[in-house]
Amino acid sequence: MIPELGLFSLILALPVALCTGVLALWGAQRGRPAWIALAKSGSVALALLVGVAYLCLTWAFVQNDFSVLYVAQQSSSSLPLLYRVTGVWGGHEGSLLLWLLMLAGWTALARFYSRALPDVLRARVLGVLCLVAAGFLLFILFTSNPFLRLIPGAAEGRELNPMLQDPGLVIHPPLLYMGYVGFSVAYAFAVAALLSGQLDAAWARWSRPWTLAAWAFLTLGIAVGSWWAYYELGWGGWWFWDPVENASFMPWLAGTALIHSLAVTEKRGSFKNWTVLLAVSTFSLSLLGTFLVRSGVLTSVHAFANDPARGIFILAFLVAVIGASLLLFVWRAPRVGLGGRFALLSRESLLLVNNLLLAVATGTVLLGTLYPLIVDALGVGKISVGPPYFNAVFVPIMTPLLFLIGIGPFARWKTASFAEILRVHKWTLGIAVLAALTLPFCHGVWKPQVGLGVFLAAWIFLAALLHFFRQARATQGGGSLIASALKQPLHFWGMHLAHIGVAVFVAGVTVVGAYEAEKNVKMAPGDTVGIDGFRFRFLGVQSVEGPNYQALRGEMELLENDRLPRRLFPEKRFYRHSAMPMTEAAIDAGLWRDAYVALGDPLDRERPGGEWVVRVYVKPLVNWIWGGAFLMALGGLLALFDRRYRNRRRAVAQENIAARN
Amino acid sequence: MNNRYLWIFAAFALLVVLLAIGLTRDPREIPSPLIGKSAPEFVLPRLDDDRPFSPKDMAGQVWLLNVWASWCASCRDEHPVLVELARKGLLPIVGLNYKEVRGDLSLDAAKLTPEAEKLQAAVRANQWLAAHGNPYALSVLDLDGKAGIDYGVYGVPETYLIDKNGIIRFKQIGPITPEVLENKLLPLIARLNA
Repeated sequence: MIPELGLFSLILALPVALCTGVLALWGAQRGRPAWIALAKSGSVALALLVGVAYLCLTWAFVQNDFSVLYVAQQSSSSLPLLYRVTGVWGGHEGSLLLWLLMLAGWTALARFYSRALPDVLRARVLGVLCLVAAGFLLFILFTSNPFLRLIPGAAEGRELNPMLQDPGLVIHPPLLYMGYVGFSVAYAFAVAALLSGQLDAAWARWSRPWTLAAWAFLTLGIAVGSWWAYYELGWGGWWFWDPVENASFMPWLAGTALIHSLAVTEKRGSFKNWTVLLAVSTFSLSLLGTFLVRSGVLTSVHAFANDPARGIFILAFLVAVIGASLLLFVWRAPRVGLGGRFALLSRESLLLVNNLLLAVATGTVLLGTLYPLIVDALGVGKISVGPPYFNAVFVPIMTPLLFLIGIGPFARWKTASFAEILRVHKWTLGIAVLAALTLPFCHGVWKPQVGLGVFLAAWIFLAALLHFFRQARATQGGGSLIASALKQPLHFWGMHLAHIGVAVFVAGVTVVGAYEAEKNVKMAPGDTVGIDGFRFRFLGVQSVEGPNYQALRGEMELLENDRLPRRLFPEKRFYRHSAMPMTEAAIDAGLWRDAYVALGDPLDRERPGGEWVVRVYVKPLVNWIWGGAFLMALGGLLALFDRRYRNRRRAVAQENIAARN
Repeated sequence: MNNRYLWIFAAFALLVVLLAIGLTRDPREIPSPLIGKSAPEFVLPRLDDDRPFSPKDMAGQVWLLNVWASWCASCRDEHPVLVELARKGLLPIVGLNYKEVRGDLSLDAAKLTPEAEKLQAAVRANQWLAAHGNPYALSVLDLDGKAGIDYGVYGVPETYLIDKNGIIRFKQIGPITPEVLENKLLPLIARLNA
């Protein structure tokens, strides 16, 4: 009964979304107040209906209702409650419903946090979001219904893929989807602006907080996914350039460009066309990512069970959403004015270079991701594109971009002086070079790539501090410097925090890439292996019983020069419902390094008490990678809560007064 | 129409065409280096009477080598298709039972002696065939998977079509679906038998 209620709710949501979308857009075009007003109630109704459907599916999971096909496929009665609740998004159908839930949630947020918007614009934004939701509803109802019944019901479920039974995977998809889907709001704003023909500073200002929020979630989502891959897959890597990782990375790159370009459009009225195109592209890349993951055109570790009908549907949806908005863009863009002029060296020109580099980076990832598809489509063979390509093209693109982070905030709008920037930076530049020349010796050997990485990290970090300090001093007035620093607006804090996050990230990537140590060894109980100042002593393997798995748990003693020995427990798990053994790495995590142990296989399967193949790693600064990403996201969220976005109406009024004076 | 933004739309159209072509392809379909080569040799005991079997025994006829195991869930999906094909009597199907005991990770195969493993494999395989029908002219037991390595088996089920001269002409990774049977296998069998 409950699953039918969920399905009914979904079916009802479709006409609600369609009517709201069509009527709101039509009403806005024709100036019909009643239809325009419909956008508000319609979007809330949509969110409620989708919410009910989602809760119904969750209920079926909690109740172990194996007469629902999807539940029988993804869950089992021995699955712990937490994983039953999160198992809802463990497969294709449920994760699409989560997508839709997020979309409906963002739509409702856009309805409630847009009071300052003119009614017509708000109707357009909500209308576009409702139409996108209608597309997803069609997709779910016609190709991926999660409420399909299994008659007669199964006695027991097939259980969730053991790889997904992990806290990291509990939060990774929701965060990622919040980001992916969040860009739909920026997209809706762009389309609404194109429809009205009003691409102005106000539009940019309204789009900014939504873009920041989506970007921050996406950053967190990607970081959590990377962290999960690191500790769960047992290879010790944190990024694999897998097509699906790339699918999430492309909207991130485009979204990063969008955040910067929106700043120019808001402050100076320039780059309007480019910004609107970026907003459309960012969400389009999110949709493209969905297509790549769900249609099965590319092989990936994330592959969902695929079905050609689904691929065709998403492709048609892509064509409708992206094609329509691009057509609108091509039609409207030539009539949009150019905005403020700027000199060859200015904040604008530097942000333009930032955007170009990010766009090129997005393009190279897109090319690398689709290249196997292109080669296959041309019928010239089967290839895969891996890290060598991406690493080779990415470093040269990112290096100038990272360097510019240190300069951009110091450049004035309209026109900047090279001499002045150089004068301000003479110490920071010197210290960064010094750091690049000396710091790598902490690990013994100086390597050019480490020198470059350390230079960039130190440069970004120092530049952010310097800029913050100068700004605080400039606005100090009579008070203390600290008081002045605390009074700086949140968007200013946010920007520098995010940039420092980049510095931390770069330092982590560089150091772990150059100095990680790895050993693959045979170990019998009692054996010791030494690696990079650590000694691992293997104490043996025991059999342990989990709630729905059996495990062989290794015990490893970690000895470091002057510290007490610590115990690590890497596991090899055998989940009862699946044939695949799972590796659970054990990590002694730290700010400066991780010591990482994963069990391979016993040399002789008859004697798990005997010799094992063991992988041990020491990874310096590896946690800086996720720490940096976390700081970036935190920066984005701080900027989002800046006063000027909160009291928009008052801010606009104040600006008007300021303009008059 | 003279619009300097039109190229964006053109680029998107090109991307859509590419994705549409991509949909018609299967990225998992990897060309096997074995196609056009002789079927690798092996000598393995038959499941029914323990006599040795070798691919050479099939010389002069077109035959199908199907890799299966009772622990393999997709094999069960594929099975009705094989039974149907066997009923047609077009060609003999030889089953290569792959790592019957060792492949099943819920069992602790390590504790078994080779004889006990073979016995258990035979019991399990026969039970499974009795339950789901036996499309095979004969099956052989590849307990340690060594023959499977020679054939490049990396997932069960896999199927090889071998011609009268012992040359592999077609390889299916994953279950044979009714579509694959209809569109690929049957026409090829007809041609090879002609």
